[in-house]
Amino acid sequence: MIPAAFDYARPTSLDEALVLLARGAGNAKVLAGGQSLLPLMRLRLASPGQLIDIGRIAELRTIRDLGGGATGIGALATYRDVLDSELATRNHPILATAIPMIGDVQVRNRGTLAGSIAHADPASDLPAILLALEGTLVIRSGNGERVVAVEGFFQGAFATDLGQDEILTEIRLPATPDGAGMAYRAIEQPASGYSMVGVAAVIGRVGDSIGYARIAITGAGNVAYRAMAVEAALLGSDGGAAAIEAAAAHATDGQVVGSDFNADAEYRTAMAQVYTRRAVEAALAAID
Amino acid sequence: MTEQVRLTVNGVAHEITVEPRQLLVHALREDLGLTGTHVGCDTSQCGACTVQLNGAAVKSCTVLAVQVDGGSITTIEGMAPEGGLHALQNAFWEKHGLQCGFCTPGMIMAAADLLAGNPDPTDDEIRHGIEGNLCRCTGYQNIVAAIREAGSTLRAGAPVPAGAQD
Ligand SMILES: Cc1cc2nc3c(=O)[nH]c(=O)nc-3n(C[C@H](O)[C@H](O)[C@H](O)COP(=O)(O)OP(=O)(O)OC[C@H]3O[C@@H](n4cnc5c(N)ncnc54)[C@H](O)[C@@H]3O)c2cc1C
Ligand code: FES
Ligand code: FES
Repeated sequence: MIPAAFDYARPTSLDEALVLLARGAGNAKVLAGGQSLLPLMRLRLASPGQLIDIGRIAELRTIRDLGGGATGIGALATYRDVLDSELATRNHPILATAIPMIGDVQVRNRGTLAGSIAHADPASDLPAILLALEGTLVIRSGNGERVVAVEGFFQGAFATDLGQDEILTEIRLPATPDGAGMAYRAIEQPASGYSMVGVAAVIGRVGDSIGYARIAITGAGNVAYRAMAVEAALLGSDGGAAAIEAAAAHATDGQVVGSDFNADAEYRTAMAQVYTRRAVEAALAAID
Repeated sequence: MTEQVRLTVNGVAHEITVEPRQLLVHALREDLGLTGTHVGCDTSQCGACTVQLNGAAVKSCTVLAVQVDGGSITTIEGMAPEGGLHALQNAFWEKHGLQCGFCTPGMIMAAADLLAGNPDPTDDEIRHGIEGNLCRCTGYQNIVAAIREAGSTLRAGAPVPAGAQD
């Protein structure tokens, strides 16, 4: 189907885009790669009165070195741009292994990381990865700039902390501890490829025991979350099979696990535990 | 409201007037008469509409024509050299990589993106590279074989037989 009619604007600077967005007050939507918004508009599940195409704002296209192993991923960086970025994949190797699991080539050539985060599909993969990397988000409006943690940004399915007059301009990923291993493991719905449950793990050792653990899970709760109870159980453990199994049992602690036609809560809970174990094992194996 | 869009398609410059909601695939098929690019779904999943935009495979049903203003597009019609077949087209023919042929233009455009970055892909890499393209006929085996064959032809730099379609 063809989307309902809308007005179209293609600003060439962020300031211009922010003015248009403020003027559009609730009727206007930002268009980046269009890989989530256009399918919704084609199905007439969304019919914004105006699209503000940020695709030509050169200042948003960058992938920057923030120094010391930290990376800034501009709002227009596509999955493909990040995969092709030696800087981003060296600083955060999980991006190189996890991004190829998202969508397909065509979607990765157009879709942006920022667009995925702003869209906040509860089945999307990136939220778990950014939570485990302890990413922050740079958000701009006509009133200025604020920087928020990814943790707390997601408020529910397709709901975020982003105001209608705001643009997400950059995803910042801090350095991970030296030698940390990281991995993402997901069970995909076979037809759509979206994850029913996805688990990101970033793990470091101190001597013989686990000294650093960041575990985040998408698809199980109503928003992606840090699995703090898993992290607590891993810290100080030897990282052996028994310790991992015991920690993974806490994968959905404190969460209301969802049910839908793909997977009921019992199955999702079981898969969250299995994929937590697999992600932790893979992250430990990746420690260098 | 309409917009002027300038785009180069298969090396030819065009200027078209479109509504902002016009999808690229419809601009190609209806405004420019290039009906080799197909529409197979309403959900951005089948890949039949795949074209190359500035050298990268995209689903032209999930791109607005206005978004590509100033861009360069290659469609299946732009793949073959005059009077011949592209190595991918020839390999799909030789290896029976199609039955009804509906998915074939999109398969070839996605495969071209894959081979450009990875001239010697494994079968797993080929399957991953055409993950965004659905075929309801072949069972994929022969499509994978065709892409593997095209890769080796392109690596060898062998000329594609002219008039191979005869
Ligand atoms: C066939 C298919 C398969 C997919 N498979 C997966 C998958 O397996 N896993 C997965 O996680 N995702 C998947 N996706 C979704 C994909 O990851 C997202 O569509 C894409 O990353 C969104 O980015 P975009 O640039 O295309 O955003 P758009 O579609 O342009 O925008 C999405 C939303 O975010 C808003 N927005 C975009 N950028 C900004 C910004 N900078 N500031 C404020 N708001 C903004 C828009 O207004 C819109 O509401 C799939 C999509 C398709 C079509
Ligand atoms: S027509 Fe199916 S993906 Fe474009
Ligand atoms: S050959 Fe018929 S859909 Fe692929």
